[in-house]
Amino acid sequence: MKTIAKQGLKFNEPLIFERSVVGKKGYSFKECLSNGSDPEDIFDDLFIRDEIKDFPEVSEVEVIRHFTRLSQLNYGLDSGFYPLGSCTMKYNPKVNEDIARFKGFNKIHPYFPEEFTQGALEVIFGLQEQLKKITGFEAVTLQPSAGAHAEFTGLKIIKAYHESNHDEKRKYIIIPDSAHGTNPASTTLAGFEVKNVKSGPDGYIEAETIAEIMDETIAGIMITNPNTLGVFEQDLDKIIKIVHSKGGLVYGDGANMNALMGKLKPAEIGFDVMHLNLHKTFSTPHGGGGPGAGPILVTQELKRFLPLPLVAKTEEGSFHIVKNAIGSIGRMKSFMGNFTVLVRAYSYILEMGERGLTQATEDAVLSANYIRESLKGHYHLPYEAESLHEVVFSDKNFKDLGVHTIDLAKRLIDYGLHPSTVYFPLIVSGAIMIEPTESESKEDIDYFIDVMKTIANEMKETPELLHNAPGISYRKRLDEVKAAKHPKLRWYKLDEETDE
Amino acid sequence: MTEVREEYFYSKEHDWVKIDGEFAYLGISDYAQDELGEIVYVDYVKDVGDEIKIGEDYASVESTKSTSEVFSLVSGEVVELNEAVEDDSEVINASPYDNGWIIKIKLSETVDTSQLLSASDYEDFLKTL
Repeated sequence: MKTIAKQGLKFNEPLIFERSVVGKKGYSFKECLSNGSDPEDIFDDLFIRDEIKDFPEVSEVEVIRHFTRLSQLNYGLDSGFYPLGSCTMKYNPKVNEDIARFKGFNKIHPYFPEEFTQGALEVIFGLQEQLKKITGFEAVTLQPSAGAHAEFTGLKIIKAYHESNHDEKRKYIIIPDSAHGTNPASTTLAGFEVKNVKSGPDGYIEAETIAEIMDETIAGIMITNPNTLGVFEQDLDKIIKIVHSKGGLVYGDGANMNALMGKLKPAEIGFDVMHLNLHKTFSTPHGGGGPGAGPILVTQELKRFLPLPLVAKTEEGSFHIVKNAIGSIGRMKSFMGNFTVLVRAYSYILEMGERGLTQATEDAVLSANYIRESLKGHYHLPYEAESLHEVVFSDKNFKDLGVHTIDLAKRLIDYGLHPSTVYFPLIVSGAIMIEPTESESKEDIDYFIDVMKTIANEMKETPELLHNAPGISYRKRLDEVKAAKHPKLRWYKLDEETDE
Repeated sequence: MTEVREEYFYSKEHDWVKIDGEFAYLGISDYAQDELGEIVYVDYVKDVGDEIKIGEDYASVESTKSTSEVFSLVSGEVVELNEAVEDDSEVINASPYDNGWIIKIKLSETVDTSQLLSASDYEDFLKTL
């Protein structure tokens, strides 16, 4: 097999502070100012800082080289295959970046009067309508700025609903062990307590388990469907009926909506509240932890609890911002949420169209199943249930060889690939969770499969290659314990005399 | 191979208890520490002097992979938290059954060992995983 990874020229790039030389300047104002004076001579002392302590003093070209080199150390979707399961690392089309940079979108101020921002409001309204159509729900807020923020918002709505019914004994939320990791944290923050349930031997939640614990103290259930194993919940219909029959609500974690889009509308099978991750299913950038967007969709019954503001259309066809309504849980984010993220998602939806979105789902599922079938003789599949958009293998075939999942993950780097998600979901021993998405070509997926097979052989024949991986990357294996316990998060100037 | 200690009792959640007269030491098994990987923190939710009942959690153990709650297999009063574990939690990886014990409890009732897994029961259980 021919690897795509190659050892190349690397720079030992210091921190920008360490490049600093006292007194060096990358600019001169003298020539720019018509009277040839320094800014210090023109501005009042009040506006001139005497000193900025330890600020790096470097030239322009040094700044450019510094940040260019740092960017070259990065591995992103634009550099290669990124099979990080559960995260949906699909390609972010560049045309959406162009559109988000239109002056009418990125130069407007949130306090502009509505008549100046009709275009922007139309985009928000249009996205609201499209998301309702895709999911089947009656109402939506685009405010929450990420998946977990959306979960928190959705749970606040569930709380407001029960409170409006004077039903205050409902203090628990059911969360299955195959749910997303953020669910328990959001539940606790929203003022509920978590009731965990175990999934059955086939990897899905069993209706009997829910029937046993469902009672009038339970506010609702959070279901990730398909779940983190990439498996469609077989008992979903029964579970929703059981929860509803005892007065509970059903929250849909839409993190895996990219396996259903165009095929199933969650509202039609009984979900009451659901979030979407625009940075997953709708291809907006994940971008170093933000900004993201996690719209919340609800049924007609829950509409009045939605956070504000939202955008409505008048009979004359103009758009306006609704700021006040009775029953709303309040504001979740300043202004209209992360607006340019919404622009990117709306562009994506319009470019793809209904057929395109359906095909994205089909291709994502096809890619994951192609990997599953190609690798199942080489890696252990802990669950027989059919996979949708992602596939999870366990460490069963190689654990006894003294090789761990982490070694496999690090070895993938040596072949120029981003590692898969590892050790999640927790219900699978040494989990290897692979999500290729619809973005990858067959050639790139075939390369990944070849690499995985090659590594499976290395586990038996040359396990030291795995233990010492990664070998060709800029940094070698990191000490994760030290990174967790003694992280260095800030730069401090050493005292020249004491060296501390 | 994972070690299972003869004189200890276990749970299916991979907790162990060693009974020493009116006291009991609790910790996690060799299998558990291996599964968790390098342990970074132990966060106690019980303190010296607290009452603790069977099935109550007394700490969460955080590794580079995940965080797990650990449960008491006995009832009584907490008399000691293992300082060695608080200072350097990797001692659990190095010595899960000796220096890596997590909590010491003064028993308030005789331990019903029939409710726990013996070393051979636990070994059989591990084979099914």
